[in-house]
Amino acid sequence: MSNQSIVKRKSNWPVFLRRGLLENIAIALIGLGFLMLFQPFALVLYTYSFITMLVGTVMFIIVSKFPE
Amino acid sequence: MSDMPSGKPLVTDTNSSILDRAATAAAHATPEPLAKKVRGLSDRMVAWIFIAPTILLLLAINIFPLIWAIQLSFTNYRANRPNADIKNIGLQNYSRILGDADTWIAMQATAHFVFWTIALQTLIGFTLAYLIDRKFRGHAFWTTVILVPMMLSPAVVGNFWRFLYQPQIGLFTYIISFFTGIPPTEIEMLSNVSLAPWSIIIVDTWMWTPYVMLICLAGLRSIPDYIYEAAEVDRASPWRQFWSITLPMALPFIMLAVLFRGIENFKMFDMVNLLTGGGPGSTTEVASITLKREAFEKWRTGYSSAFAIILFVAVFGLANIYVKVLNKVKNR
Repeated sequence: MSNQSIVKRKSNWPVFLRRGLLENIAIALIGLGFLMLFQPFALVLYTYSFITMLVGTVMFIIVSKFPE
Repeated sequence: MSDMPSGKPLVTDTNSSILDRAATAAAHATPEPLAKKVRGLSDRMVAWIFIAPTILLLLAINIFPLIWAIQLSFTNYRANRPNADIKNIGLQNYSRILGDADTWIAMQATAHFVFWTIALQTLIGFTLAYLIDRKFRGHAFWTTVILVPMMLSPAVVGNFWRFLYQPQIGLFTYIISFFTGIPPTEIEMLSNVSLAPWSIIIVDTWMWTPYVMLICLAGLRSIPDYIYEAAEVDRASPWRQFWSITLPMALPFIMLAVLFRGIENFKMFDMVNLLTGGGPGSTTEVASITLKREAFEKWRTGYSSAFAIILFVAVFGLANIYVKVLNKVKNR
């Protein structure tokens, strides 16, 4: 093997669209939606739980394909 | 013929001639028209040919019903009236489910059941695995005995526990009465509003703790002995060894067990249906029981499809988070 140093290639992908941050937002939305669905305190939270979870899940599926 | 670095041939002449003869025999056995077709295929195409039956089967029994259920969830379709007009009602089914207080209570019953079964099964399962992992006389026998409940059919377990919970003749009520002094006829596990949810939790824990134990045992057995030996050299106490070696290294396995049991318990139907059927009242009416009532008693197929999609998104979303956390723990 040659002793060439490994140079990380710079991605042209915008920083705000990188996987890490967006994935965390998606996970937070899924977790929030999940808690809203099963909580015993307010019906209004239950009503909006599905849409929160759906947005989080779809976002997670999309952003998990983004570069790091 | 390729040689090993040591000079020893990888394939000997004898082996080579056997392989050649087998290949020639296989080539002769293939019908000529088929052989002509296969010769022109790339490796990628051959791989696709092998995968295609599985993909087709998955599409037929998983993906197609899912897409069909999504489509039905936007309609007023009723399976008992196949000739009636099917109207597209948009998001009405979803808004009805998400505004219905009874469904909300069913969700809370599900959450109660899932939380307590997972907590108890993980705690007892890991403790049993930790004890069984220590080599003692007859540990293989006891492992098999502990695994027996998991091997039984849920239908058998349900009926069997209904007898155990009988207030007059049940063994479970007799034992509780023996230790507490409460008359057995007053211990109505399946018909008491506050005891009925716990009766299901006890049965599920009894049945599925061995499964969690088995996964945890695999995790404990995968920890190499030299780590404990190094800890002994460093004079780490058994308590310290447990918190710094055993638990962190078995954690991915525990999390896997929690994921499997969590998904299964969200869909729990058979045991609840056999033991209480959702009663008394609707105290043990978990989401799957509500779903069954809507789909096969009230025949509101569109409505129940929407409900099934909501449950699917909840489990799918949670599984996504869980797999991500699991990968993080494994890469630590």
